Amino acid sequence: MEPTPIKQYTKEEFAATTSQYGEQTLFEVHEKIYPRLTHGWFSKWRWVLVWFTQLIFYGGAWLNWNDRQAILFDLTARKFYIFGLVIWPQDFIYLTVLLVISALSLFLFTTVAGRLFCGYACPQTVYTEIFMWVERKVEGDRNARIRLDNGAISAKKISLKLIKHGLWLAIALWTGFTFVGYFTPIHHLSAEVLAWTLGPWETFWIFFYGFATYGNAGWMREQVCKYMCPYARFQSAMFDKDTLTVTYNVARGEPRGSRSKNADHKELGLGSCIDCGICVQVCPTGIDIRNGLQYECTGCTACIDGCNDIMDKMGYERGLISYNTEHALENGLTKAQMWKRVFRPRTLVYTGILWTIILVAAITLANRVPLKVNVIRDRGMPRVTETGAIDNVYKLQIMNALEQSNTYSVEVAGIPGAEILTEHTIEIPGASNRAFPVRVQIPYGSAEKGSNKIRFIIKDAKNPTVSVTEKAVFLVPR
Amino acid sequence: MADFFNEWWGIWIGILVIISILGCAVLLWSQSKITVPLDADGKPQPVGTTGHVWDGDLEEANNPLPRWWMWLFYITVVFGLGYLVLYPGLGSFKGTLGWSEVGAYEKEVKDGEAQYGPLFNKYLAMKIEDVAKDPAARAIGERLFLNTCAQCHGSDAQGSKGFPNLTDHDWLYGGDPQTIETTIREGRNGVMPPMAAVVGTDDDVRNVANYVLSLSGSAHDPIKAAFGKSKFVACAACHGADGKGNQALGAPNLTDKTWLYGGDINTIMEGINLGHNNHMPAHKDLLSDAKIHLLTAYVWSLSNASGLEAIEKQKQ
Repeated sequence: MEPTPIKQYTKEEFAATTSQYGEQTLFEVHEKIYPRLTHGWFSKWRWVLVWFTQLIFYGGAWLNWNDRQAILFDLTARKFYIFGLVIWPQDFIYLTVLLVISALSLFLFTTVAGRLFCGYACPQTVYTEIFMWVERKVEGDRNARIRLDNGAISAKKISLKLIKHGLWLAIALWTGFTFVGYFTPIHHLSAEVLAWTLGPWETFWIFFYGFATYGNAGWMREQVCKYMCPYARFQSAMFDKDTLTVTYNVARGEPRGSRSKNADHKELGLGSCIDCGICVQVCPTGIDIRNGLQYECTGCTACIDGCNDIMDKMGYERGLISYNTEHALENGLTKAQMWKRVFRPRTLVYTGILWTIILVAAITLANRVPLKVNVIRDRGMPRVTETGAIDNVYKLQIMNALEQSNTYSVEVAGIPGAEILTEHTIEIPGASNRAFPVRVQIPYGSAEKGSNKIRFIIKDAKNPTVSVTEKAVFLVPR
Repeated sequence: MADFFNEWWGIWIGILVIISILGCAVLLWSQSKITVPLDADGKPQPVGTTGHVWDGDLEEANNPLPRWWMWLFYITVVFGLGYLVLYPGLGSFKGTLGWSEVGAYEKEVKDGEAQYGPLFNKYLAMKIEDVAKDPAARAIGERLFLNTCAQCHGSDAQGSKGFPNLTDHDWLYGGDPQTIETTIREGRNGVMPPMAAVVGTDDDVRNVANYVLSLSGSAHDPIKAAFGKSKFVACAACHGADGKGNQALGAPNLTDKTWLYGGDINTIMEGINLGHNNHMPAHKDLLSDAKIHLLTAYVWSLSNASGLEAIEKQKQ
């Protein structure tokens, strides 16, 4: 497209030239994309990942652990259950770690092979794939769909559209239901759905999430990637010359042109590209990969599968469009040389950081003490008894992060002769906390006047290796 | 709108808001189209660049947003106007839904009462002695105590200087459930006037203080105490001739070894010379009847083990 500079017209100029000028919108009218079905190695892998991620998503909510849902994010009680693990708000750091791991993995995968996440595991891709499968089953492949959309309204067209949208909505609502099932126990939720006694927020989120799925996977599709996704815009910051990207081999393909299957294209002065347009037809974002790497490309590799098919039919070598690197194309590296360059400092540093964080997180999680204590000293003056002994009173906020009820013992240390005069043990129900008043007494003269350091040692009565030591101060009046 | 002098400022802000929103819509509309030359077919030419050029050759390409995105902008304008009709925001206009922060808070409180009311009312209908035997009620009472009472009486309820111990059987105003509830509900003012002028000289004060110590069998000077006995008449009006106090007035019993302010001679003399003024705040406006009831049961149970024993028994 030849750029047309825009001139700012004065009123007089405009009035004089109005017959030669017209209004043009500055917004793009969306053109529907009809991706053609592909078969091949990469398409199979995408379906493997669709099954893998969606079995986890749709199935995970139905798993049980002991007498509760295995994965449940109980927002009102502020407790997250993940199999045997109970995550409290105090464990929020693990969410941070999870996000850091996700971000670093994204950096690593992007550096190695571009938008692997986008092409195979991103929910937008996965649900679009599922919705397109439904669309193909109902309306047929690319050409049939184009014919149907361009054709006049008929009973067949209306019924096909109704069936398609009905199926889409069913999948979308099931997705919304499953999503909410991670926040409200799903067995309880299904009973509520059957009796139609859903709460207002459950209803809202089922329909909101369902509507978002239907809208994004059915209608928005590539526009989510093109206009909304920030990752598409900053991915290039993680690319370098050794990053594997979906690439059209210009040197081999050009000059493109149609030819007879039996003709020797080298004699005709043509490259391997027969200009059949399959790579454009299969592209879910509607771009031509032969123009080079574009931000719209989600790395879905449909064009690789599509082109390989054609190459097979033509009897040419596969891989006119393939995962390739800029470096390899420029210097004519072999596959082995190209793959060897995956292990370059940049990826090794990412991998090193990633594994360090994963290991540290795993070790801290494994050694996590399911007991949390907060010590609050009662404000005000300490008490002096008749014998001159001194009392300080503390409130121990003890949290049992296990799911079973548990008994804890409290000891005090740090001042000779210090002892606890109130109860030493406390039973706390599973996954809850209690404030526990403790009176500590020290004999006359056993500590300096003013502030003295003491420690509370709180132990699991049955398993003393589970213990928490908290520092506190003991005040002696002057 | 109390910060402003008159109604006009509310109207002024309303006008500014409306002009801004409509201005956004006009801007959006005026910037969504551009006048371009017609091509050979008489159609407007495609827009390649915006015409902005920097450094001679750096052009800003036209990178159009999808049209539905523009409609989203228009929807925000409609949403904004709709919001201003329904909710407060347009100057001093309160909105047709009548929503307010205070109203939202009051609704939350009402919802909370509707949710927890039945539980509280169940306990409110029970006798204090029975509430004290209920483990769930005791747990609520303990939490209320730690929130409301522990600041003065201590987390273990044993008080400290000037703040009574609630776990012994020694009560200033009486330890029956009814009196405890009255104390929590209405508060108490424990006033002892300065008595030095009535008692007499400094020596007289010292003598009376020694006599007071002798009442509880604490260490004292017997000769001074004997002198002080006749001066104790001044104290007897409240503390009684035998020094055993008067719960109707909140006058402490001086014959036991429980001392609110301290049991040494100097503290007692200070009390006689300067008097005491102690205050327990009323909680009737801070806590609901049911909460006061639960708290009473908890405080009562601290010195009446029967409730705790009953709870222990239930556990076994």
